[in-house]
Amino acid sequence: MEHINRRALLKILSAAPVAASFALTDAEAQQAHHLAEAARQTATRTGVAYTPKFFTPAEYRTVRILSDLIIPADERSGGAVDAGVPEFMDFTMVDQPARQVAMRGGLAWLDLECQRRFDKTFVGATDADRHAVLSDLATSGELKPGLTHGQAFFRSFRDLTATGFWTTKMGFADLGYMGNTVVVKWDGCPPEALKKLGL
Amino acid sequence: MQIIRSRTLYDVCIVGSGAGGGMAAKVLTEAGANVVMLEAGPMWNPSSESYMFKWAYDSPRRGAATEKQQFGEFDAAFGGWTLEGEPYTNGTGSQFDWFRSRMLGGRTNHWGRISLRFGPDDFRRKSLDGLGDDWPITYEDMKPFYDRVDALVGIFGSKEGLPNDPDGVFLPPPKPRCYELLIKQAADKLKITCIASRLSILTQPLNGRMACHYCGQCGRGCAQHSNFSSPSVLIPPAMATKKLTIVNDAMAREVTVDESGRATGVAYIDKNTGRENHVQARIVVLAASACESARILLNSKSNKFPQGLGNSSGNVGRYLTDTTGLNVQGFIPKLMNGVPHNEDGVGGMHVFMPWWGDNRKLDFPRGYHIEPGGGRGMPSFGFMGNVHNHVRAAAAMGVTPSGPGYGKTLKDDYRRFYGATVGFSGRGEMIPNKDSYMEIDPSVVDKWGIPVPRFHFKFYDYEINQAKHMQETFRALIAEMGGTPMSEMPTRERNYGLAPGGRIIHELGVTRMGNDPSTSVLNKNCQAHDCRNVFVADAGPFVSQPDKNCTWTILALAMRTSEFIAEERKAGRI
Repeated sequence: MEHINRRALLKILSAAPVAASFALTDAEAQQAHHLAEAARQTATRTGVAYTPKFFTPAEYRTVRILSDLIIPADERSGGAVDAGVPEFMDFTMVDQPARQVAMRGGLAWLDLECQRRFDKTFVGATDADRHAVLSDLATSGELKPGLTHGQAFFRSFRDLTATGFWTTKMGFADLGYMGNTVVVKWDGCPPEALKKLGL
Repeated sequence: MQIIRSRTLYDVCIVGSGAGGGMAAKVLTEAGANVVMLEAGPMWNPSSESYMFKWAYDSPRRGAATEKQQFGEFDAAFGGWTLEGEPYTNGTGSQFDWFRSRMLGGRTNHWGRISLRFGPDDFRRKSLDGLGDDWPITYEDMKPFYDRVDALVGIFGSKEGLPNDPDGVFLPPPKPRCYELLIKQAADKLKITCIASRLSILTQPLNGRMACHYCGQCGRGCAQHSNFSSPSVLIPPAMATKKLTIVNDAMAREVTVDESGRATGVAYIDKNTGRENHVQARIVVLAASACESARILLNSKSNKFPQGLGNSSGNVGRYLTDTTGLNVQGFIPKLMNGVPHNEDGVGGMHVFMPWWGDNRKLDFPRGYHIEPGGGRGMPSFGFMGNVHNHVRAAAAMGVTPSGPGYGKTLKDDYRRFYGATVGFSGRGEMIPNKDSYMEIDPSVVDKWGIPVPRFHFKFYDYEINQAKHMQETFRALIAEMGGTPMSEMPTRERNYGLAPGGRIIHELGVTRMGNDPSTSVLNKNCQAHDCRNVFVADAGPFVSQPDKNCTWTILALAMRTSEFIAEERKAGRI
C-alpha cells in the first residue's frame, strides 16, 4: 500500500458523486476504505492530513475535536481520533446519505450555540467553553430550555463515535471481546463468571 | 415480443429454492423425476460466499445495513421489505410489510434456525375452542415427517415431554451462556417454562456435515454447512442425482394451462434479458413463499380459470397471517463489569421459553414463546446505541452515576455496561381473520409488468391482549433479574408495541389446505382442488399460525407433499 498516496485517494473520492445522493457500492466502499486507511497511516507518519469527502475542512476540525472529547485516550486505549473515528464518520456520511442533513445541521447548530455564548466557533472556543456546552448537551438529567435540537444531534454524534471507536481492533481489545473464532468445545459460562454472578 | 419456449418437457417445475422448493427438489429428484427449478435471484454458495469470520473492522461500514443486505452487510440474505423495481401496495389504513429474499435458498439464508415442530393442538384449534380452523391432517400424520426432517437436517434440543411442544430427534444442546443462566433462574421463579432451545445447528457431525464451531454467525451463512439452509443441505443431494436443472434470475409470472385446465408449465421473465420464457412440465410445484405463490396463482388467468388458477372458491389470498412479535430490553446491574470471555456460542439463543400459560384462564386465546438475547457479542454498527438509555437505566437502578455523559467516564460506562443488557422477544400465534388477506392490485405492476399484491391486514383483540401479556411478562422477568426495562410500556393505542404485519417474516396461509373445496385452495396433500397437477410447498397451505416458527413445518409438509407426488406419478395418476 506504500505507493498509494493522497493524490490517488483524492482521485477515488472525487469520482464519487459530489452531492453523495447514492451510497457506495461494495467494491467502491472497500477501495475507499483501503485508500483512506493507507492515507491515514501515511498522514500519521508524514503529518499530512486526511482530506474528507463529505465534511468541509471547518466541519472536519469540529468532528475531530468533538469525537476525541467524547471518547478520549486513557490508560487503557487511545482516543477517537487514534481509532480513526473522524474518517469513519466521513465514510458513513457518504455511505448513508440519509444522515447528511442532520449531521451538517447539527454541526452548524453547535457553532451557532458557541457563537451565541462565547462569540467564537466550537473550534475557536476554549477548552472550558467547550466543556460548558457539552455538559449541557450530554446530561442525562434535566435539560436546560432551548437545547433539545443540540441534544438530539449530540446523542446521535455520540452513538456514531461509539460505533467508530469500539468496532476497531483497539476497541475490541479494550472491551475484551474474545469471540469470532473456532471453539472446539463449547463449555458455556466459565467458572470465574459463574462465581461472580453467584451461580 | 417473442416468447422463448424450452423444448424439454420436465417431469416437475419447482418455483422457488428455499425450504419448500429445496425439499421438493431433493425428494423428487431422488425419486427419479427430471426437475427444473426457477429461482428469482442469483445462485449462492455459502462455502465461498459467506462472510463468516469477518471482523467488523474489515469493512468501512462496520456491518451497517445496505439496500441489498437490510440486516447488515455481512448477512447472508439478499433482500428485505423493499426491493428495487418490485413494489407492492397496502389497502387503506392497512400495513403489511412484505419481506422477500431473492437468491438460491431464499429465506433459509435469513432466519434464526429456530426449528419448532407444531404440536397436536396446533392442528385442531377450532375443535378445541371454536376459533380459526382445523387442519385436514393431524400431528400423527405429520410426526413421521418431522422425525425424518430432524434426522436429515439436524437439530439440537432436550427431551421435555411437553404436551404441545413435542420432542424430536435431538442432538445434544449447547450449555447456556452466563446471562441465559440468570434468565432461567428468573423464569423458574416466575414458573415460566425455560428449556434448551431447538435450533437446526449441528452440535455433532451429521450426514457428512461438520459440527458447529460456535462463532455465533449463522446469519452470515455457514461456510462449513453446520447449520440448515437449503443450499447447504437440500440442493447438493438434489444436484448429485444429475436430475436437477436450476434456472436462476427467473421471475415466475404465471402457471400456464391447456384447454382441459391441466397445467402445462410456467411462464417466467429472464431477469438478465428481460424476455419472457416458458418452461414445460408435467407437474408444477409452487414454493415461492406464501404470498409470491398466491400471486402467481392469481395472475394465472385463463378462459378456464378467469379468477386465477386454483381460485374457483375465491380463497387464494385469504387468511393471511404473520407471527405476532414485540421485544423489550432490560438493563441488568448484576451483569455489569462481566468477566471477559468468548460468549458467541451458536448463532442464536441456547435457551427459550415455550408457551407455558393456560389460555382458558387468560383474556387471549393463543400463546407465544419467548426468545431471549443479550451477551458480549461482536461490536458492530450501532454498538450500544442510545447509550443515554443505558446511563438512565443504570441511574434508575442506583448504580453510581458516571459523569457528564462524555469523556473518560463515558468510556468507562461503555466498558462496564457491555454485556449488561438482555432482551426478550415474544413470538405469538395470530388467528386467521377475514380482514387480513392479499389480492392483486388492479393498477400497479412491477418492473417486468407483473401485477403486484395488495395487502389488507388487521390484528384483533386476540393478538393485542396477547401483546399486553408479553409486555407484562418481559417486564416481570427483567425485574426478577434485578434489572429495569429500557423503555416505557407502549399504550393500547400503539397495540402495546406489536410489530406491524409482515415484520416477523412468517407470512402464511394464503393458499390454505382443507377437505372442502369451497373453503380451501388445496386438498390435504397440498394439491390444488381445481387442478390435479399443481401443488404448493411453502407456508401458503398452513391452516393456522402457531407461535412456533414455520420453517420446520414447511420442510416436513414439503417432504410429505413431494412423496405424495412421487407415488401418484408412479401410479400414473398425474
